[in-house]
This record gives sequence, structure tokens and C-alpha cells, in this order.
Amino acid sequence: MSALIDVENLTLKFRTDEGLVTAVDNVSFSINKGEVMGLVGESGSGKSVTAKALMHLNARNAVYTPESKITLHTDNGPVDVLSLTRPADLKVVRGGAISMIFQEPMASFAPAMTIGKQMVEQLMLHSDMSKARAKDISVEMLDRVGISDASSRFNQYAFELSGGMRQRAMIAMALSTQPKLLIADEPTTALDVTIQAQVIDLMKDLVDEFHMGIIFITHDLGVVAQTADKVSVMYLGRLIEEGPVRPVIRDARHPYTQGLLAALPKLDDLDAPLMPVPGDIPSPLERPSGCVFHTRCGKVVGEVCMAVRPEYVTTEPDHRVACHIYSEGTS
Amino acid sequence: MSDNDVLISARGLSVGFRIGGGLFGKSILKAVDGVNIDIEKGSFYGIVGESGSGKTTLGRALLKAVPITEGEARYTDEDVDYDLTTLDGAELKDYRKRAQLIFQDPYAALSPRMTVRDIIAEPLEVMGLTRNREETDERVREIAAKCRLNLEHLRRFPHAFSGGQRQRISIARALVSGPHFIVADESVAALDVSIQADVLNLLKQIQKEMGLTFMFISHDLSVVAHTCDHVAVMYLGRLVETAPTREMFREPKHPYTRALFSAIPSLDPDDRGKAQKLEGEIPSPTNQPPGCKFHTRCPHAEYRCMQEEPKLEAAGNGHEVACHRWKELLEMVPA
Repeated sequence: MSALIDVENLTLKFRTDEGLVTAVDNVSFSINKGEVMGLVGESGSGKSVTAKALMHLNARNAVYTPESKITLHTDNGPVDVLSLTRPADLKVVRGGAISMIFQEPMASFAPAMTIGKQMVEQLMLHSDMSKARAKDISVEMLDRVGISDASSRFNQYAFELSGGMRQRAMIAMALSTQPKLLIADEPTTALDVTIQAQVIDLMKDLVDEFHMGIIFITHDLGVVAQTADKVSVMYLGRLIEEGPVRPVIRDARHPYTQGLLAALPKLDDLDAPLMPVPGDIPSPLERPSGCVFHTRCGKVVGEVCMAVRPEYVTTEPDHRVACHIYSEGTS
Repeated sequence: MSDNDVLISARGLSVGFRIGGGLFGKSILKAVDGVNIDIEKGSFYGIVGESGSGKTTLGRALLKAVPITEGEARYTDEDVDYDLTTLDGAELKDYRKRAQLIFQDPYAALSPRMTVRDIIAEPLEVMGLTRNREETDERVREIAAKCRLNLEHLRRFPHAFSGGQRQRISIARALVSGPHFIVADESVAALDVSIQADVLNLLKQIQKEMGLTFMFISHDLSVVAHTCDHVAVMYLGRLVETAPTREMFREPKHPYTRALFSAIPSLDPDDRGKAQKLEGEIPSPTNQPPGCKFHTRCPHAEYRCMQEEPKLEAAGNGHEVACHRWKELLEMVPA
């Protein structure tokens, strides 16, 4: 498999009235063609900010460190995403080779424009096709994502569709430009479980059909287990564990990943007590020193957790974890 | 179960909303339709359903926050016995302190301009439950401690708190008037997983300590499985299945309940594709299908299901189900 996008040493801070706030802290990962990466984390973990960085879409007060590097491999050679500044150059990462699906489809469609008009508009923006051709492709995509009577839906407004339909239309719109990488930011969180199951199925079919890479951002480990090939877990801007889906879910190494899994109510054992991860997520203004998780960790091994940032340790092929438990010399 | 164990009891409870004003005059949208429910004292009663199933409206009707249009509903505790359909005036005011609501979104439910102390104290002041400020403060501190909020927290404004802490503030506010009945509407849905378990444990602990009765509304079956002792599943304004939690999860009988269970994403990556998929979406309540409301999506529907609406019937072990074919289905496709 060939690499689609490489993220190296991504560090991103926001300039605020209270000073520089670190949102993403030295994160590296890469995604191959046809690969689904689940990006897991809670509010404030930096998962959405990381995804937006791939499209160079963060607000103007975002500051990237000079070491941060994002390389997108397109048919026309590699693109250094963070060096793009002109709107014309940015088109390739904003809807061209990379598309994004947002959590709340009602907020992502313009309310006063028909679904069809929005789809045609972006197709014409990213290619030189005629309006008639763009309309044909849009209707075809709406049909492909399971919207019945697509040609009449084409002329409807977002408010006329149900939540599930809207999310399907969002997916159709994101895929109509045939992106190489699809970023799906909590695409099923606002949906009911039965509709969520339908949308997950649809996305899996589309990966097989279009062979694109997907970053699936979610806080739901069950959704990850059902969709992803590999998983990256973030906490307070740090990527703390990464690996293929089976070892990460079944044999999680980082105490935070273990805590997340233990906090989930399980259906096969109703007597098992619910185990919260103790404490609250610290404010980004008060980032803990050393390991960012030490303030809530039940397995602190010593002073080293408060003082030294843990390096990645590879515990088995492709499975790496940033935790002092696994570092040599500390255990 | 004798009648005096029941705190909330409803028979044929319906809530209709008048909508539109088109060519044929106004039409009625029935959000809750003929619900029979008995909530025992001290129980943690779960209501499960998707958006548009009427679960929130049912909760609000029992709190007298939306008018009940048909049927009966009673509230009975040690001191009072209220008919919720006719309750008004001083009695309604009294009911407000006995029945409270915890909202879903702790970010929207708390006024950003009030300190936590004032937020929690407000119900006491509005209802005139305390005689002076000292008494109010004492009561606020007592209830705040139960929700693990300290004195320092009380002086601050809501923006200084995380989601989990905010939800604890909402809980404290709901508890301060000393209610017997609490409706918790998706009270952990907006919280992160690592915090969710903490709030659920707190709710359970408070319920036991204070002997409260909870109606816990949620779309998340696994959360309900772990907190509630009785579960009712709603679809398009009707109860389609009710049972003690264990019994429900041991052997769900209604095809809708089964589909809901199977749609929960499994944590096992090798379970992919095993889920039993439900086609289509919940129909609009303004345009309800005839017969069984679920027949448009049910994989087992037959002619009878399109004609005749099934009634909730006893299915053993405290289980009730509204499906014409539940017995056959149990043999055909065991749970």
C-alpha cells in the first residue's frame, strides 16, 4: 500500500488572550490508500483540530511550529499542505483531494440553497465540467448513497430531509469530487443507532468502491471497532496510543485507553460496575507537565510521569504507546 | 405489586399537538399515544427510543410541562395523591417541588450570569421553601456536597466547569427542593465516556440514599442496561415493549427492540457485518402508518400487521410486548 498522507511532528498552538494554548502536541501518523483510521478522543483532545490541519482549515490564530509537516501524495506529486496559502492552491486540500463530513449535517448545508445547487457549485469549483454534467454526477451520487428519488431530492432544501438523509447527502457531496482522503468528523454521533448502523455500512461500501483513505473521528470505541483498520487515541493534544484495531481494542496498553474501554457500559455483563476515569480533563491552559495524563492516571510509576514526557514504545508490530510503564529502566 | 407501591401511574396517556392550518384545518400530531405505565417507588425506570419516539414528551407530560390531552395519570406519595390531568393552582405548585427534571445539555441548562450557589438556590427561593438566607445556604451546601461540589465551586460561574461538573450542578439544582420523582432526560448523552460513568454512578448513589424514583430517558441501551431496573421501549408514541431490565436484555421480544440491540456497535472488531440491519427511518408522527406502527420497517411484517394495531400483552416474567407475532418469532429466530 502506498502512503496517502504523512503527518510529521504536527504541533499546533492557538494564540488567545490567555496566551498560547497547545491544541496538538507533536503528533505523527500516516494513512495509506484504502485505509480507515479511527481517531479517538474526548472533548478537547485535539482530534478535530488535527483533522482540520490536514485541510489547513484552522482559524487564523493557529500557529504551527516549523517542525510541523503534512505531506499529501497526489497524482501530481507530493504537496506540502502547511506551506499552501493562496486560495487557488488550497483547493486541492479543501474539497479536491481531501473532503470532510461534519458532525451536524444541518449546520453544514447552507439553509437557503437547495442540496443540488450546493453539490453542483462545489463540483464546478473543483473541475471544469459543465453544469449539466455536474448535475448528472450529483444525482448519481445521491442515488449511490441510498437516497431514493434522487432527482427530486436534488431540488430540496436541507431542512426538508431527515437527519439520516441529510448525512447521506453530506456524504454524497463530499464524495462527488472523488477525494483521495475523506475526513469524517463524528459523522454518526447525531444519528439514531439504527440510522448510524446504516451510515456505517454505507461508508464501508464506499471505501471498497472508491478505495480512498478515511479518517474517522469519533469518541465511540464501538464505532471504531466496527469501521477502522487502525486506531489512534488522543488525549490533550498528544497521540498516546496507536496501532491496528484488534490489538488496540483487545489489548490496550495505555492506561487512558484502558480507562476508556473500562468506562463503557458492557451489554454482556450487566453486573459489572461502571468504572469512570477519575477526575476531569484538565483545562488546555493548565497542561500537566511530563505525561499529560498523569493527573488522572491510576498507574503512575513514579516521579518520571510528572517530569518526563514519555517516548513512544513499540509493544508489538505497528502498535506503539507513549507511557512510562513500558519504557526501559523505569519499571 | 400493590397499588400503593406505585408513584406514577398512567392509563391511555396521550399528548397531542395542534399543528398547521392548511386546507383541511388544523391537524393533531400525537407525540404520545395511549401509554400505560406504572413506575414503582424507588425504581430507576428507563425509557428507550430513537428521535421522534415520544420519550421526551412522555417525560414532560408526567411533569406537567406539556398538557395531557387524553387518558389518566396519577402521582401518589406518602403525603399526596394527585390527578395529573386536572392538577392546578396550589397543588400544581406543590407538585413542582415533588417532581423535577434534569436536562440533557449541561452547557445550555445553566445561566452563565449566575454563580453556582445562586443556580442551586434558585428553586428554593422561587418556591419559597426556606425562611431565610442562612437556611437556603445550608440547604445548598448540603445538596452540593452530595453532588461532590465544594464551597469553592459554589462561588464560581458555570463557565469555569467541565461538562461532568456542570451536570453535577444541574443534578444538585434538581434535587434541592427535595423531590420524590426525577425525570432525567438524556442526562449523560452530552458527556464524554470517561465522565459519563461517574455521573451515572452519582445518580444511582443519590437515588439509593434519598430513596428517589427516577425516570431515565435515553437513546443509549447500554447505559440504560447498567442503570435502570425496568425498561420501556417506545416507537412513534407507543410503548412496544416493557420488562425488568435483566429480562429485557436476556430475551428481547419485539422486532424493534431486537433491531435496536443489534444496532449497538460491538466492541469486537470481528463482529463486523453481523448486526441485523433495519431498513428505512422512523415515520413522521404526522403521517403515521396504519396497523402496527413498526410494520413499515419490520422484517417480519405480514398482512395482519398492516391492518390491526397490536396491544401490549403479558409475555411472562413481567415482560409485556405489543407485537402480533412475538411468539412465532421467538421460535423462528431465538434471541
